[in-house]
Amino acid sequence: MCLQILDKEAVEEVKGQREIPEIKPGYIVQLKVEVPENKRRLSTIKGIVIARRNAGLNTTFRIRRMVAGVGVESLFPLYSPNIKEIKVLDKKNVRRAKLYYLRNKMNALR
Amino acid sequence: MSIASLSFPHCCQKSPPLSLKSSFLSKPTKTQFSLSFTQKRSSSHIVSMSMEAGVGVMGTKLGMMSFFETDGKVVPVTVVGFREGNIVTQVKTLATDGYDAVQVGYRRVRDKKLTKPELGHLGKVGVIPMRHLQEFRLQSVEEFETGQKLDVEEIFKEGDLVDVSGTTIGKGFQGGIKRHNFKRGQMSHGSKSHRALGSIGAGTTPGRVYKGKKMPGRMGGGTRKIRKLKIVKIDNELNVLMIKGAVPGKPGNLLRITPAKIVGKNIPKN
Repeated sequence: MCLQILDKEAVEEVKGQREIPEIKPGYIVQLKVEVPENKRRLSTIKGIVIARRNAGLNTTFRIRRMVAGVGVESLFPLYSPNIKEIKVLDKKNVRRAKLYYLRNKMNALR
Repeated sequence: MSIASLSFPHCCQKSPPLSLKSSFLSKPTKTQFSLSFTQKRSSSHIVSMSMEAGVGVMGTKLGMMSFFETDGKVVPVTVVGFREGNIVTQVKTLATDGYDAVQVGYRRVRDKKLTKPELGHLGKVGVIPMRHLQEFRLQSVEEFETGQKLDVEEIFKEGDLVDVSGTTIGKGFQGGIKRHNFKRGQMSHGSKSHRALGSIGAGTTPGRVYKGKKMPGRMGGGTRKIRKLKIVKIDNELNVLMIKGAVPGKPGNLLRITPAKIVGKNIPKN
């Protein structure tokens, strides 16, 4: 019982600090991510959300993008302090919760 | 009254005629007798309990969650809650018990749930009835008094290292691979030794299996101490502790949290 309260509190705290838009599979998003390994530089990542895993504070989403012709997937914790900005660029109409079938398609962004 | 009740186990332990004689001799002065008795007992006792780095508390495991550090690192943490209790119920000293220790009670229960001796022990100090009593053996117990409430925030700080012990999850009867991390045999290519133990020793000499040979058997359900876990966060409002990493047992398990023992630093080498 206490655990849920703690979890909720932590989520509320992050939400209060910065705006987190609704992220769903099929959304094309642009992230500004701080990479601790890369001297804390802000890097921009643009791709399609292919999955979202709801788990309170530990909620993660998976982004698929093309880098130099190669498909790259990255997994981010939604409430991570490393994510500085999330911008939703486009909302695609999808009929699945997990868009793993995009891996087998040539143009992932369609 | 108390002297009479105390003298009985003493007589049984030590040579009966001698102690009887002495008790007869010092019958008029009862206080004198009790003094000599305590001195004798302290010298004869063997204390096997190990020393703690400081007084600890008991807690209840609530479960695990993740925690974001300021640099964005995700840390898996165990949340430990505290029920009503953590009250000093008895202070044992070298003079009276042969070793210095603090007995702490935890988790309030109804009076009906305890036995008469348990209630009597707690009632003597005048504290609430509690389910669990545990001792923390210390170097000195001068600053403790019975009925004192141990405050988690005072004992631990964020960033401290702690030792957490508790009962592990019972795994039942398990084979050597799970229980002792043995290697498995080939599953195919004509092999007949899949998950079997292998050899358990030589033949005619010694003609027996050595004691302590690792074999299948009951696994889990014992006390295990996880050492040097870091306290990530202390929540004063909800009265919970967040400890990095996993601790024994399932949610609801009783945990014993003590400051981490580091030999040479807070524990003398001998």
